[in-house]
Amino acid sequence: MPRINDVGGMDGFGPVVEELDEPAFHADWEAHVFAMNRALIGRGVYNLDEFRDAVERTMSHESSYYENWFRAIQTLLEEKGHV
Amino acid sequence: MSDDHDDSPIAARVRELEAVLEEKGLLDSAELDRALEAFAHKATPANGFRIVARAWVDEEFKARLLDDANSALPAIGLSMGGGLQVQRLRVVENTEKVHNVIVCTLCSCYPIALLGPSPTWYKSPAYRSKVVSHPREVLKQFGFELPDDTEIQVWDANAETRYMVLPRRPEGTEGLSEEELASKVTRNGLIGTAAV
Repeated sequence: MPRINDVGGMDGFGPVVEELDEPAFHADWEAHVFAMNRALIGRGVYNLDEFRDAVERTMSHESSYYENWFRAIQTLLEEKGHV
Repeated sequence: MSDDHDDSPIAARVRELEAVLEEKGLLDSAELDRALEAFAHKATPANGFRIVARAWVDEEFKARLLDDANSALPAIGLSMGGGLQVQRLRVVENTEKVHNVIVCTLCSCYPIALLGPSPTWYKSPAYRSKVVSHPREVLKQFGFELPDDTEIQVWDANAETRYMVLPRRPEGTEGLSEEELASKVTRNGLIGTAAV
C-alpha cells in the first residue's frame, strides 16, 4: 500500500499557492531543524534513509514541511533511546 | 531569516531539543550556526541563474551540461557537493516543442546543495499531486500558459537524481552580457513553472 507521502496523481489538495519573494526559511526554528538534521546524520546518530522513512511514516498533511521533519527527528531520537 | 515565529510553541520545542542534544554531546550549537551560514552562502538560486546564462552563451558548456551536468559545473566554480550525499544533476532543456517541469511526487527532492531550499509550494501536496496529471492546469495557476502544441515533460526527482530546467533564452537579449542574462532567470524558471 502506498504511504501517505505518495501523492502523485491524487486529487483533493486544492490549488497551488505561491508565496512571492519567499525566503529560504520562514523562521529561525525551521533553519535549526534543517541544520540539526544534517548534523545528526553527519554524526551518524541516524542515516538519511532512516530519516526519509521516519518522515514518511510520521508525517501529516496538516503539518508544515519542517514540522514534519521535526516530528521525524524526535521519533528517531526516541526510538534510538537518545531522548 | 525572520524571527517572527520564535515565540511559537514549535520554536520553543526545537530550542529545547537542541539543548538536550547539546547536553548529551550529540550536537554543537556553534557548529550548527556555522553550518547554516556556510549553507546560506553556498546554496542559492543565483547558482542556477549563472548556469543558465553560461549555457545560453557557450554551446560547448551547454552540450556538456546537458550530457553530464555534474562534470560541467566546475567550469563555473560550482559543484553538486556539500550536501549529505552527492546527487546526480540532470539538466533538461526547454525547446520550441518541449517544455520541462520538475517535481518530487514522493517528498521534496531538489538540487538543494546547489540552489538552496526549494519553495514551499514545490513541497506541497497540491503541486506534487497535480503537476503529474494536469501540468497545464498547474502552470496556469502560476499565470503561465503554453501553446496547445507544446509538449510538457514532467520529471520526477528522487534520492539519486535531481533535475533543473534550462529555460529558452528570451528573444531580444542578443546584446546582453552573461551577468545581465543571469538576471533574467527566476527560480520558477529553473523548476519549469515560468518561461524563464
